[in-house]
Amino acid sequence: MNSSQLLSFVTFIYGFAATFYIAAWIFKKTMPAKLAKWAAIGGVILNAAGFFLRWKESYAIGYGHAPLSNMYESLVFFALTIAIIYLFIEIRYKTVVVGAFATPIAFLAMAYASLSPNVSDKIQPLIPALKSNWLIAHVVTCFFGYSAFAVAFGISIMYLIKNRAPDNENGILARLPSLNDLDELTHQMVMFGFLFLSIGIITGAVWANSAWGTYWSWDPKETWSLITWFVYATLLHARMMRGWYGKRIAYLSILGFSAVLFTYFGVNYLPGLHSYGAS
Amino acid sequence: MKTTNPVWKIFVSVKLTVFLLLSLAATSIIGTVIPQNADPEIYFHKFGPFFFRLFEVLGIFDMYHAWWFGLLLFLLITNIVVCSIDRLSGTWKLIFPKNITFNLARFEKLKKKEQFSVDASPGELEGKFTAFAAKKFGRQQVDKTGDGFVVFAEKGRWARLGVYIVHFSVILLIIGAIIGSLFGFKGFVNIPEGESVNSVRIRNSGQVQPLDFTIRNEDFDISFYDTGAPKEFRSSLTILENGQVVLKNDIIVNHPLRYKGISIFMASYGEMAPEKETTHDFSTENIHVNFSIKASGMVYKRKAEIGKPVIIPEGLGTFTLTAFNPAAEFRGQNIGAALMGTLSPAKGEPVEVLLPLHFPNFDKMRRGAVVISVADQKKETFSPMKKEDVRYYSGLEVNSDPGVWVVYSGFIVMILGCFITFFMSHQQICIEVMRKGSKSKVRIMGMANKNKMGMQRQVEKIAAHLGNMR
Repeated sequence: MNSSQLLSFVTFIYGFAATFYIAAWIFKKTMPAKLAKWAAIGGVILNAAGFFLRWKESYAIGYGHAPLSNMYESLVFFALTIAIIYLFIEIRYKTVVVGAFATPIAFLAMAYASLSPNVSDKIQPLIPALKSNWLIAHVVTCFFGYSAFAVAFGISIMYLIKNRAPDNENGILARLPSLNDLDELTHQMVMFGFLFLSIGIITGAVWANSAWGTYWSWDPKETWSLITWFVYATLLHARMMRGWYGKRIAYLSILGFSAVLFTYFGVNYLPGLHSYGAS
Repeated sequence: MKTTNPVWKIFVSVKLTVFLLLSLAATSIIGTVIPQNADPEIYFHKFGPFFFRLFEVLGIFDMYHAWWFGLLLFLLITNIVVCSIDRLSGTWKLIFPKNITFNLARFEKLKKKEQFSVDASPGELEGKFTAFAAKKFGRQQVDKTGDGFVVFAEKGRWARLGVYIVHFSVILLIIGAIIGSLFGFKGFVNIPEGESVNSVRIRNSGQVQPLDFTIRNEDFDISFYDTGAPKEFRSSLTILENGQVVLKNDIIVNHPLRYKGISIFMASYGEMAPEKETTHDFSTENIHVNFSIKASGMVYKRKAEIGKPVIIPEGLGTFTLTAFNPAAEFRGQNIGAALMGTLSPAKGEPVEVLLPLHFPNFDKMRRGAVVISVADQKKETFSPMKKEDVRYYSGLEVNSDPGVWVVYSGFIVMILGCFITFFMSHQQICIEVMRKGSKSKVRIMGMANKNKMGMQRQVEKIAAHLGNMR
């Protein structure tokens, strides 16, 4: 079995986990929740195995680079980090409902990687610009940031759903965590994401300086990562200093994640230095 | 800091911060949609005379260096500085107090308290509890009460400084950027193999920047993967001072050479235009062009002549070759011999396309519905690998940025500051023990300036731990 096949299989495991998390939430059953958790853990293990297998395969071909160099590889890593961050939340906060909103994002990322005709799973050689030790540090930190924002996005959606009838004592809304907890969790995830996005932008700047001699050149990907940074900086200031809370923070978190998505996917349709992320 | 100064009042507002951050985010989008610093002719062609004038006045074509964008950044920095001074003057006494006093009444106001009772007298518990608090929190204070004692402990008071550290890092970044733009330069130079230069051209302005040393390009090499993708560009450089060799080094992308505060980067390469004007065996009389249609994946080969429109298959419009250039340039880089043409799609505006003979994938960059390339270009003739008849030049980026170390320290300070701001907090805990018959009633309360949920969990853990302590 090669890494692409293994990773296609992981897509189904994440799909399975997402389905069971949603079922556990809607039908208030513990069995699907347990199945979902084990599926998510299995998914993370196999996803990581696929990642390292691909790394090994690239050495076997003679290219020899970390699998973080194109759209397919980044999506695989994106799914992995989302699932890891989600499981951390499930274990730390002892809640399974978040899974119904976080694991579908990991599933969609893997499904897009495995199924989209625009995303090639072929192992390609590294172009000269990407041959740098900064590649791993830059991509890993960026994706931990993106994934934390993705999970924050899922939690913000939960907030808005719950907010429609916060005092409902029965039904599926009642099984969502309290508004307070959701708001606090969004904030925690955004802080985590902001730290990693900052490190991601910084490692990218240091890398750019060692490759091209400028740490900042306003290339569209750089600019969009800065736009994302501005949006989340706004969220953090609004919350900490102006006491913004709840719905407004949820909307800002959704706006921030749209900026993340544009930084990740949309920028590939604009001209610039980061074009190798597109294929 | 209380002040009636109206300017200070404007800049001390976080509303202004939110407004500036969102304005910067929104306006930054413009420069990612409209390519920056392109040829004015292209803009004129694209936007027409009215919008061209308007955009030019607004500096849209180089918007990140436009006066209004600089003004937004300047306002943000002023806002950061004023807010930080204003708040720090208020919290300074809180962060560095002469002596720390704990106040039971403040803990009493907390909603959540952990309570339990222990089969021991307060006297028996005091030693253990104080030792625990000392170990876990550090700074502490024990007060005797009528029928028991209270232990106060705290840690991380200095973590309240985190946000000022982040703000300071942003100021460092701006200072570093200003130093770089005032005292540094960004130049480029193309050096043919075997030749030397002792000056470079400044990007954008085109001025000549002399160097106090000479760079000689001994050799340029390019290697390819078996897929045909480039693997490595390598220039062997020698640095000379007063005719003496002082340094010899190869540079590749990501591995520049640094000498006397000046960095030399491998940026691009190209072939020297052939000296005699017979361009190999390429004749403009017999040109074939390949059309690769993205949607169907089909490749069609058609004969083309300069000036005569060719119909693109699958109804994608027409294509007309306009000229042949034996030494074409793209964004300042020599890309060798190329054909130029106009693509008139079935829908939309006509576009100019450039078809370098050596790079059949060049037109993919345009991301159009059809990729056009010149057909039948023998690799042997045009492959840059054949060295004997091709002479290369190395395109070097030559920069000096004395501000970069200020920027880098800003980076490190920012990471540290964000970590402190987000994940460390000033935590205070209060353990109150009261005699109740032969037992002791214990109450545990904790507060933190951030992450109150986390503090609550910590209080629960401490309660569980102390409850089991005998």
